[in-house]
Amino acid sequence: MRVAVVGVQGDVEEHVFATKLAMDRLGIEGEVVATKKPGVVEKSDAVIIPGGESTTISKLIFRDVGGKTIAEEIISLAESDCAIMGTCAGLILLSKRGDEQVEKTKTKLLELLDIKVKRNAFGRQRESFQVPIEFKGIGKVEAIFIRAPAIVEVGNVEVLAKFENYVVAVRQKKILGLAFHPELSAEYGDTRVHEYFLKLIC
Amino acid sequence: MVELEKLRFGTDLIKRGFAKMQKGGVIMDVTNAEQAQIAEDAGAVAVMALHKVPADIRASGGVARMADPKKIQEIMDAVTIPVMAKCRIGHEAEARALEAIGVDMIDESEVLTPADVFFHIDKHKFTVPFVCGARSLGEAVRRIWEGAAMIRTKGEAGTGNVVEAVRHMRLINRAIEEITSMPKEVLYSVAEKFAESYCRLYNSIREELGVSNNLTPDTIVYEEYTFGEIVSGIYDILLEIRELGRLPVVNFSAGGIATPADAAFMMRLGADGVFVGSGIFKSSNPPEYARAIVEAVRHYDEPEIVAEVSKGLGEAMIGMGSIVERLQERGV
Repeated sequence: MRVAVVGVQGDVEEHVFATKLAMDRLGIEGEVVATKKPGVVEKSDAVIIPGGESTTISKLIFRDVGGKTIAEEIISLAESDCAIMGTCAGLILLSKRGDEQVEKTKTKLLELLDIKVKRNAFGRQRESFQVPIEFKGIGKVEAIFIRAPAIVEVGNVEVLAKFENYVVAVRQKKILGLAFHPELSAEYGDTRVHEYFLKLIC
Repeated sequence: MVELEKLRFGTDLIKRGFAKMQKGGVIMDVTNAEQAQIAEDAGAVAVMALHKVPADIRASGGVARMADPKKIQEIMDAVTIPVMAKCRIGHEAEARALEAIGVDMIDESEVLTPADVFFHIDKHKFTVPFVCGARSLGEAVRRIWEGAAMIRTKGEAGTGNVVEAVRHMRLINRAIEEITSMPKEVLYSVAEKFAESYCRLYNSIREELGVSNNLTPDTIVYEEYTFGEIVSGIYDILLEIRELGRLPVVNFSAGGIATPADAAFMMRLGADGVFVGSGIFKSSNPPEYARAIVEAVRHYDEPEIVAEVSKGLGEAMIGMGSIVERLQERGV
């Protein structure tokens, strides 16, 4: 099994670390590769889009490198029903629709999840928070929200977690979108969300 | 379902997490909404709101202070990416004001005129995360102990000369290597050495009073912390560095980065990202410079791309070959 982590910007190493640890715990043989260029995602069984700045990551994945983009490769992976996970900025990029901040910055989206997201839904960094929430199929997880987006409209997706009036985790077939950062929880040993994701692949 | 009583703000995880989201990115100094817009369009991960870029601070002289909050607010309204702002070293009231405006990260910066020659701000007491400059491992570790969520090399801001940023990155990296092979007792003596900086106020008072310096581990030397607590806090950070083989927080490079190749060089030396101060808006073509530096940071290990984005960029900032006033010596 090969999992690619889109490595153009953001907390890439944290996802690589969390995914490797989750693989070990599940006894899965495989490799986790961070990639900045087209050519790796298309040869992978799953892809993760990390947290970071959605405006920056969008520009870099849609940038043409030798006639190819990482974005196209992610979309074709989705078409062949492979597993995809986006956290925070990654969630924004997976969405079909964005709010006025997404429009104002002309951020291109992958449009793979039938949802609308609102950027910085909870406020600025000062308002960033962590809180235990109920995650369907996993149980209670400590969710870390950093200038986080929220899902404000849902179409044909399954809601996995909510915080207050917002949906903060959804799944559409094998595509997972989270407003928070499970990769940061791996620092203190919790890899349950990554394990959940890896189980979608097999 | 949700345990609201367990809702927490401003934890180390959240502060350091914010800094991690900036990795692989370029943070650009801007002085108005229009420049901030150029930075966001070019793919900056954040902007640093200032009243003057460092090169102009150097040129104008005088006391450099926190930027006008109205200016910072205008920049915050103009862009969707995080906005950082600088306060003077030790100036807790400026930092509180910046936190009140809602800036996303505070840079307690040597580029502004220091307000306190003894101490830096106790950053654990803030909800908003801080970045601080360092030119050595000791400075980096002290700032982390005080609660900094991100470290950046000090370099020499406003010079367009990368030499000091390189010096600081090399000094920090090599010191980390040394530490990884140190036995615990030696590491503890390093912690004691690093903690001495916090005793300067106490020492100078004892000296002025002409009484013997009987500093003990129980002596309170900084805020409410005793010397012993500081040593043990610093020792814990050193142990963590020894285990990780790197700083436990994100380490950016700053201070003199003027070209795409400079930015790529700092990344090759192990920086997690770069701050570009005067380099962009003192160049002849800021939008192109900004875009080129973002690309160079992304592709730092691909020389052909760094070459490509460097083509026909126009004049870089003029820069200074010899440095008259060394800002890096502020705040150790």
